[in-house]
Amino acid sequence: MNARIDTITLSQLSNRHLDALEEETIYLLREVAAAFERPTLLFSGGKDSLVMLRCAEKAFGAGRIPYPLLMIDTGHNFPEVTAFRDLRAKELGAELIVRSVEDSMARGTVRLAHPGEPRNVHQSVTLLEAIEEFRFDALIGGARRDEEKARAKERIFSHRDSFGQWQPKDQRPELWTLFNTRLAAGEHFRVFPISNWTELDVWQYIEREQIALPSLYYSHRRQVVDRRGMLVPVTPLTPPRDGEQVQERDVRFRTLGDVTCTCPVASLAATAADIVIETLAADMSERGATRMDDQTSEASMEKRKKDGYF
Amino acid sequence: MTTINSVAASAYAPSASGQNSAGISAEANFANSEVKDSQESGRSQKDLKIVNAPPTDHDAALRFITCGSVDDGKSTLIGRLLVDTKAVLQDHLAGVQRQGETDLALLTDGLSAEREQGITIDVAYRYFATEARKFIIGDAPGHEQYTRNMVTAASQADAAVVLVDATKLDWQSALPTLLPQTRRHSLLVHLLRVPSLVFAVNKLDAVADPALAFTHISAALAAFAKEAGITVRATVPISALKGWNVVDGRAGWCDYIGPSLLHILEQLPNTAPETDLPLAFPVQWVEKFSNSSDTTQGRRAFWGRIAAGLAQPGAEVQVFPSGQRARVAQVLDRTRQPGDVAAGQSAGVVLDREIDISRGDWILATAPPIQSDPQGDDFDAPEPASPWPAQTLLSCTITWLDEQPLVAGRVYQLLHGHRWVKARVQRIVHGLDIHTLAEHPASELAPNAIGHVELQLQSPLPVAPYARSRQLGAMILVDTASNRTAGAVLLR
Repeated sequence: MNARIDTITLSQLSNRHLDALEEETIYLLREVAAAFERPTLLFSGGKDSLVMLRCAEKAFGAGRIPYPLLMIDTGHNFPEVTAFRDLRAKELGAELIVRSVEDSMARGTVRLAHPGEPRNVHQSVTLLEAIEEFRFDALIGGARRDEEKARAKERIFSHRDSFGQWQPKDQRPELWTLFNTRLAAGEHFRVFPISNWTELDVWQYIEREQIALPSLYYSHRRQVVDRRGMLVPVTPLTPPRDGEQVQERDVRFRTLGDVTCTCPVASLAATAADIVIETLAADMSERGATRMDDQTSEASMEKRKKDGYF
Repeated sequence: MTTINSVAASAYAPSASGQNSAGISAEANFANSEVKDSQESGRSQKDLKIVNAPPTDHDAALRFITCGSVDDGKSTLIGRLLVDTKAVLQDHLAGVQRQGETDLALLTDGLSAEREQGITIDVAYRYFATEARKFIIGDAPGHEQYTRNMVTAASQADAAVVLVDATKLDWQSALPTLLPQTRRHSLLVHLLRVPSLVFAVNKLDAVADPALAFTHISAALAAFAKEAGITVRATVPISALKGWNVVDGRAGWCDYIGPSLLHILEQLPNTAPETDLPLAFPVQWVEKFSNSSDTTQGRRAFWGRIAAGLAQPGAEVQVFPSGQRARVAQVLDRTRQPGDVAAGQSAGVVLDREIDISRGDWILATAPPIQSDPQGDDFDAPEPASPWPAQTLLSCTITWLDEQPLVAGRVYQLLHGHRWVKARVQRIVHGLDIHTLAEHPASELAPNAIGHVELQLQSPLPVAPYARSRQLGAMILVDTASNRTAGAVLLR
């Protein structure tokens, strides 16, 4: 680690800009509550959705979040995350709707090319089925524009047609803070209240607000294999390949998703404060360091979003 | 790190002319201290590895847009800002290496359609930070056909950097003719009241006599700005390709004594909230205290972001459109803590009596009582006028955003605050030349066109000229058939 960074202590880092971000997020969460009839908040138990929930608690008062939480379950989750998700929803007194990719597979609406295939991309099908089932008109998501280049182009209120498709060349202009939330039948909006937050902002906020997270975000010992520079976790779904050497390493996850395409990074960071310092020094992006599915092609996220992906 | 208190009062200028483009005299001592300052600052230390250090002396990020024509080097400039502030991480940088060369422009054009065509289509938002400040770049396209996207980005911007390509100008002339795009982008920024405008004269590394070129181009920019009534915060010579004067200063280059573009941006103010106006509060969301047994202060809180003025307990207010009056019993801040809340902040307002108020209504200051004339009688004294008088006939400047042209006689949905009303296009007074803002007759507004339009509203709205209030003077028009956001409306 760079000597310069070691001299920075958290007390020297300003948190005041977090108030402006929180203000914007609360304003957007209230706008969704007021402008739509059947909104829902996508809740995975991950750090971004937990930050949104904290803002929602402030916006609406503890225990009074006016929309259900929706989880699209790939069946490939880390059990610690699922358990944390259920616990948090119960604590908040929030309604939690879970719809699973495996149900879509049973219905035949999702067909896998091979059994071990990552299911992240298939979430879109299950998500659209849930939208139709509950007739959701707005889905709040924790995506950030700093995550990925296609995300950087997306509006905060992102209009989707009846196929859930995003049209990057035909987005509604977003002027001042006047949000055009008008919809035709069958259409919906994806809304991103933490669009303007960065990974560092999220961690500073978690540290400031003392937000509880699933333990996997913090350093723990785990069996991994080094595959082309990525630390692939050894799980029943992701066993080591022939000739790969299993090692035990101190790691943490920067992002938590489908087990089959989420990798941890080597880290000894045990607290949110440690992670703030580590994020300051990071030279790889959150996705670049951890997501195998974004690297297949330059425009893979853009393509998936056009297909209805979040 | 720096001693600048007010950018407006400071002078960033080519020393040859002693004038900056706003016509403010340069203060040589001040400018010299700037250079010394920037050389001593952490940014010039190559070993500094803080990639995205958070701010220390600004509460909110500076949102700025970059304007310029295709090939003026806009994407290269943004790439340079991101790379030189270490905001680009290694995996992203690896994605823009072509035969060992880094193509900075590829960092920003993220969509496959943009890469195919080599142009920027829509606004992208980029994030970076220095030790002094966080930034959000609204990366708006330069093509005339995407004027709507530039207007979108400008509507939320605190500042605009207008790029000027030195190689495209007759810089040997004492007063070179500026490109239409420079005029167009500057005028749009001015029209939308973006608080700060900075000219960045780019590609000066590619001209034979950069000092002469910068002096002549600066003079032309200053003359144009004066003629158009535009206040310019700074004019800075840069080479986005070489990285000169973008993040790191290059003292004395082009005879320019002053801070780098980034250092200028670090000092610019955020958009000031409209706190010095009477209260105007658009009701965003109504919360019913269904479980509350306390009925003494009304049983609902009205939430929203204060557009203008200050909400204080005890203040008398009137509700629009019902006209009913009440007093503010309690004000809650965005996180539900009691207090006074000012323009720009989200608030919850509880009134001292039950009044029917819905989303879309406004809670407004009452007019101050009119002083009665002690010599005369009061019989002819007018009713106290609202500080925010409601209007049904609006004279507006409209930027048209939709593929379907605006036509006189059509009815659109208009959004003001959280209130939707129908608006009929009464007449198109005239179109505006988007290069000069000169008026000309027009029978319709085509996509990306700007015009003066009279709108007849189905019901009145408490509005104010955009020049007085960006919050009360801004509206959007939405096509009733397609629901598309069709027009950006600025009240004249």
